[in-house]
Amino acid sequence: MDTPHLLSIKGLEVRFRTEDGEVTPVRGVTLSVAAGETVALVGESGSGKSVTSLATMGLLPRPAGRVSGGQILFRRRSGEVTDLVTLPLPELRKLRGSEIAMIFQEPMTSLNPVLTVGEQIAESVRLHMGIGHGAALRRAEEMLGLVEIPNARDRIHEYPHQMSGGMRQRVMIALAMSCNPALLIADEPTTALDVTIQAQILALIARLQRDLGMGVLFITHNLGVVAEVADRVTVMYAGQVVETGSVKDIFQAPRHPYTSALLNCLPARARHREDGRRVVQSIPGSVEFVKEGCSFAPRCTLAADICRTGAVTLDDETERSVRCLRWREVLA
Amino acid sequence: MNAAPLLAVEGLTKYFGRAPQLVRAVEDVSFDIAPGEVLGLVGESGSGKSTIGRLILRLIDSTAGAIRFEGQDISQLPERHLKVLRRNAQMIFQDPYASLNPRLRVREIVGEALDAHRIASGTRRTERIGELLETVGLQAAHLSRFPHEFSGGQRQRIGIARALAVEPKLIVADEPVSALDVSVQAQVINLLQDLRQRFGLAMLFISHDLDVVELMCDRIAVLYLGRVMEIGSSDDISKRPRHPYTRALLAASPKADPDAPKIRRMLTGDIPSPMAPPSGCVFRTRCPAATEECARTVPMLRSTGGGHRFACHYDIAYDEEPAAA
Repeated sequence: MDTPHLLSIKGLEVRFRTEDGEVTPVRGVTLSVAAGETVALVGESGSGKSVTSLATMGLLPRPAGRVSGGQILFRRRSGEVTDLVTLPLPELRKLRGSEIAMIFQEPMTSLNPVLTVGEQIAESVRLHMGIGHGAALRRAEEMLGLVEIPNARDRIHEYPHQMSGGMRQRVMIALAMSCNPALLIADEPTTALDVTIQAQILALIARLQRDLGMGVLFITHNLGVVAEVADRVTVMYAGQVVETGSVKDIFQAPRHPYTSALLNCLPARARHREDGRRVVQSIPGSVEFVKEGCSFAPRCTLAADICRTGAVTLDDETERSVRCLRWREVLA
Repeated sequence: MNAAPLLAVEGLTKYFGRAPQLVRAVEDVSFDIAPGEVLGLVGESGSGKSTIGRLILRLIDSTAGAIRFEGQDISQLPERHLKVLRRNAQMIFQDPYASLNPRLRVREIVGEALDAHRIASGTRRTERIGELLETVGLQAAHLSRFPHEFSGGQRQRIGIARALAVEPKLIVADEPVSALDVSVQAQVINLLQDLRQRFGLAMLFISHDLDVVELMCDRIAVLYLGRVMEIGSSDDISKRPRHPYTRALLAASPKADPDAPKIRRMLTGDIPSPMAPPSGCVFRTRCPAATEECARTVPMLRSTGGGHRFACHYDIAYDEEPAAA
């Protein structure tokens, strides 16, 4: 490609050693994020979306988890493209927090409880930008202002436990933004928040992205949030990407039977039953990792014999791809 | 509805702790539920919705107010006189992992209720447990398994079978589908709809998810900091909301539609602590239309007809409502 993406994950495979032997929660994930774009990585429990994000950040629990295949290519500010899988840990650490930033679901576990929020942001700024203590504290104050925390001058002296969940998530975002990252990985950042607070945080992330031109990889299970934030969407099921497309493609013209079944599970798409009760379409059973054929076949109402035995691959690696042998037939 | 209510709650109030740490969890809440009716309680953290569910089942004691079940006030009854309530009102919990005893087999989990109320014994007991499992979409063959052998959705089904064992008239369902993946959530929603139809169950359905509540409930009460802001039919609340908080809550819920407008009225600030609720209207600190009057007086619920009531000093039309920054 002439203009390589900011982040380009190709054929990622992750294995974990467990007491019962080795498992492969991520089995060939391909996705990309361009500068200034938000890509939502969506899936249910066991889809492998969080393991994908941990692998991208180099945060797989060691030594149990490891990347066993594929590449995670990141375009650095210098223009050089680096494979994060093979990058030595000290260099990866340097990259995290400067060019790549992360925010998580539960800010309380990611913030240091014994440091004031100002000290934490200042520490990160000093480390990555090499500026003095006073300047770093001023930067911290500026960052709290940036994430719309009122009375930033006073609040830099507060500890995380003195703040509400929404305020703590703002501090996490301030911390993530403090070094001007090119890529933000947001792993369920609003899942623990009340809906009115979630709306504030989503708007904040969208504004920062626009203003700073960041690429955002937004991991979530919430389809409403996906529709709200995403430019493009990658849908995962049982460790694999099943479909990628623009947010409109995915919501208005899904190709994979899983994507359309998932959308039909939404309460907002309920229909009236004969007895007057409103019901939603559901997907029978639960996620299985199959050895042969399509992973979704055991739950797919449209599955044919070929789906259970054939090799099912992601049909191409362009902006619109689907992992289904029969999507053309099924849609017709 | 004209039928005598199955449950009537009047002026229900619950404080936890004591001054200066007094938490006003529920303040002067009233509503009723007719036989076979499903009332939704929605609200964010600190709204008191779960506390209300626990008060109604007498899992905790109220500070003030009446809880009439089939006409009898059960709010002050000693435990030994609560047998009728326990036989007729059951609970389904949010977390299907935490609410089942991991050391008991399904047979014992579901059978406990049958034993406690001496409903069935011997072979009849085993048959009944098998029937209950089939009712919730499990198999009688699952009888001797432990909770850890089931998926999250299946565990929630076990919790539902346990609640159904006594053939209750009322079920308090506290976020019953919130911990489940959307595809599994759909299965449980449909099961609950089936059970309503089949057994004429009344439900108090507690959830923070407006879409789920709108789907499941005949009527909805919207709570904020322990008080009812608005109550009405599902359609009243979702299509014709009158209270600024209800409108804000609806506007803040992300729609699974990329064409839905993204700019919307957004509430600024945080939910105040229930230890220090604002004077007057508890919502006023975040209300885009608040005036000095709102700080002075608590607005009473007023009726718009047809059982739709809302607690606001004003009745602001949508287009008059100033958009918050």
